[in-house]
Amino acid sequence: MSSDRLVLRVEGLGKSYRIGEREPYKALRDVLTDALRTPARIAHGIRRTKAVPTDLIWALSEVSFDVRQGEVLGLIGRNGAGKSTLLKILSRITEPTQGQVTLRGRVGSLLEVGTGFHPELTGRENVYLNGTILGMRRAEISRRFDDIVEFSGVERFLDTPVKRYSSGMQVRLAFAVAAHLEPEILLVDEVLAVGDAEFQEKCLGKMRDVTREGRTVVFVSHNLAAVRSLCSRALVLEQGRLVFDGSAADAVDRYLQRAGGARDSAVIEGDALASRLVKSRIYGDSPLFRCNRIAILDESGTPSVGFRSDEEATIAIDFTVLRTVPGMRLLVTLTDANQSVVLRTENIDDADLDGPVRLEPGDYRASVVLPRGLLGDARLDLNVSLISEVNQVLDYGAVAELAFNFAGHGSNTRGKAYLRPRLSWQTDVAAPVV
Amino acid sequence: MSAITDSAFGGERVTVLRARRGWASLDLRELWEYRELLYFLVWRDVKIRYKQTAVGAAWVIIQPLLQAAVFTVVFGKFGHLPTNDVPYSVLTFTALVPWLLFVNALTSSTRSFVDNQPLVTKVYIPRIFIPIAPVLSGLVDFTIGLFVLGGILAWYRIVPPLHVLLLPFFILFAIVTSIAVTLWLSALNVRYRDVQYTIPFLSQAWFFATPVAYSALVFPAHLRMWLGVNPMAGVVQGFRWAIIGHQAGQVGHLMLLSFGVVLVLLVGGLEYFRRVERSFADVV
Repeated sequence: MSSDRLVLRVEGLGKSYRIGEREPYKALRDVLTDALRTPARIAHGIRRTKAVPTDLIWALSEVSFDVRQGEVLGLIGRNGAGKSTLLKILSRITEPTQGQVTLRGRVGSLLEVGTGFHPELTGRENVYLNGTILGMRRAEISRRFDDIVEFSGVERFLDTPVKRYSSGMQVRLAFAVAAHLEPEILLVDEVLAVGDAEFQEKCLGKMRDVTREGRTVVFVSHNLAAVRSLCSRALVLEQGRLVFDGSAADAVDRYLQRAGGARDSAVIEGDALASRLVKSRIYGDSPLFRCNRIAILDESGTPSVGFRSDEEATIAIDFTVLRTVPGMRLLVTLTDANQSVVLRTENIDDADLDGPVRLEPGDYRASVVLPRGLLGDARLDLNVSLISEVNQVLDYGAVAELAFNFAGHGSNTRGKAYLRPRLSWQTDVAAPVV
Repeated sequence: MSAITDSAFGGERVTVLRARRGWASLDLRELWEYRELLYFLVWRDVKIRYKQTAVGAAWVIIQPLLQAAVFTVVFGKFGHLPTNDVPYSVLTFTALVPWLLFVNALTSSTRSFVDNQPLVTKVYIPRIFIPIAPVLSGLVDFTIGLFVLGGILAWYRIVPPLHVLLLPFFILFAIVTSIAVTLWLSALNVRYRDVQYTIPFLSQAWFFATPVAYSALVFPAHLRMWLGVNPMAGVVQGFRWAIIGHQAGQVGHLMLLSFGVVLVLLVGGLEYFRRVERSFADVV
């Protein structure tokens, strides 16, 4: 769909912000005291130039890329990587400090839906107000009004002030307006994070339509599955720098690899482990065992925090038994952000076991494999417990927490689900009903 | 932001975004393209102004009438100010109509960027519309005020002179004066929030410096023209001249001085505004 026509060129783009103890806006007092200080400084022979770069922070630096017509460009990176700053420059909200952007045609930005919505105005009035704020002509809004209303699903409340709307309804109406913008370049930031699952799916569908019409889209999201399914190409930003420019799938891989930053967050050991242990009951002064290291490993045995759902992940627990443990229990749970348990597994679940796991003093490694094609899109917390249990009496518990990501892959990218196992399906011609 | 042509872009009109330095010019073409937005911003202000009030839009009439009544009692009855035989309430109300336009603009416009933060930080629109819209939305109140003034004139059986036809010019002057002043104040307020807190004091001081509740005749003739340093004096005296023909021969120099001051304020204000506008989204 992309042609050779260049619609956006970013060259050596940089943006710096001044930081420091001072609040972002000055009080007149500050200016006056500065003014008073300056002659004093001159009197002391101290000259300070204005361009002391000590308190400058570069939110974006040396970013260059081209976008051709019809391309759907994803923009991924951790919080603070510069994604929003880049979008703000592209949408002219703020000026770059360095470099330049050349763009052709009208730019529509959806950095936040519902900008300019006024609670006292009715739904109908807000559609017009918001539409013009987003750069639509009044005639254009009138022409598309019915589509907008239908898309939002708030027909019945059109003449009610939006302050009486539920927040979901407000968002739907706002997105409906935005979705009917027809700019040559559309900038989208995280709008898909709003609304219920059904509405999110509708938004994704709309985005697909937009891209099919040959419009150029720059899309920022933490929803990696959406980036992968919508975007033909993606950029990865890291601390204001462009570190990857390529296919969306590769960009997501790259991002997941880097998401944890240093590799050691896939591993927890030593003091870090000790500080994260949750001791539920300590067996006297002399513990039965000591946990040394917990790690999440990929197929090659390398610690990793980012996995695709078609990859295997191994949880490895290294521990030392100090005195004979009559019944060793190892418990692993995966929980989501809401603390709901997604998965739970224990070493004593194993059907081949008869009786408790008795361990003599020594070093041990326990590992459990999360098979490929089990988990869908999820950011999960790993909780590990080591328990000595005899006759259901809990003697010692230790829990450590780690976080890691799974991202959907291939056909697994549509819809959000913690579990996306490959189950066997069969579709046959039904026997005719007699 | 400028229009350039570049062969890689097929020679069509493209936009270049880069750090601007030095003198910035106003992009009139862009303002024209966004003109409907200005209309909607004004319309929004008008629509929501008197929501959730018991008497609603009647405030538009009540406010100036109450104020004129207070002045009439305080200054007219006790102050013994010279009025050249024009009823004091007519003299005051004629000045109050443009004064209220100005002072309402001062209050709402100065805060406009703070009140409309998302319009600065979440979308791009020509930002100059943000302080201008509240000034223009005040025109609704202003127009109603003019009708009330017409009623008062009829009550006193005062027929305006023929040069009342020049009134639209003075109305325009009142609008331009309001915009020129509020461009400065609104832009300053983005950086220095102190400005919005000085407005009550500023408008009070300005009120007494302007011949609204009194006549310019209280000043000796040779000093009168210097009132024009305050452009609102020019506006107010212009209104009086056009509507009641008051002091017809004496406003010339004062008006000219006011025009000059407004021109300087406006050009300077536009330039200051364009300069600081670049960093609005980062500091507001």
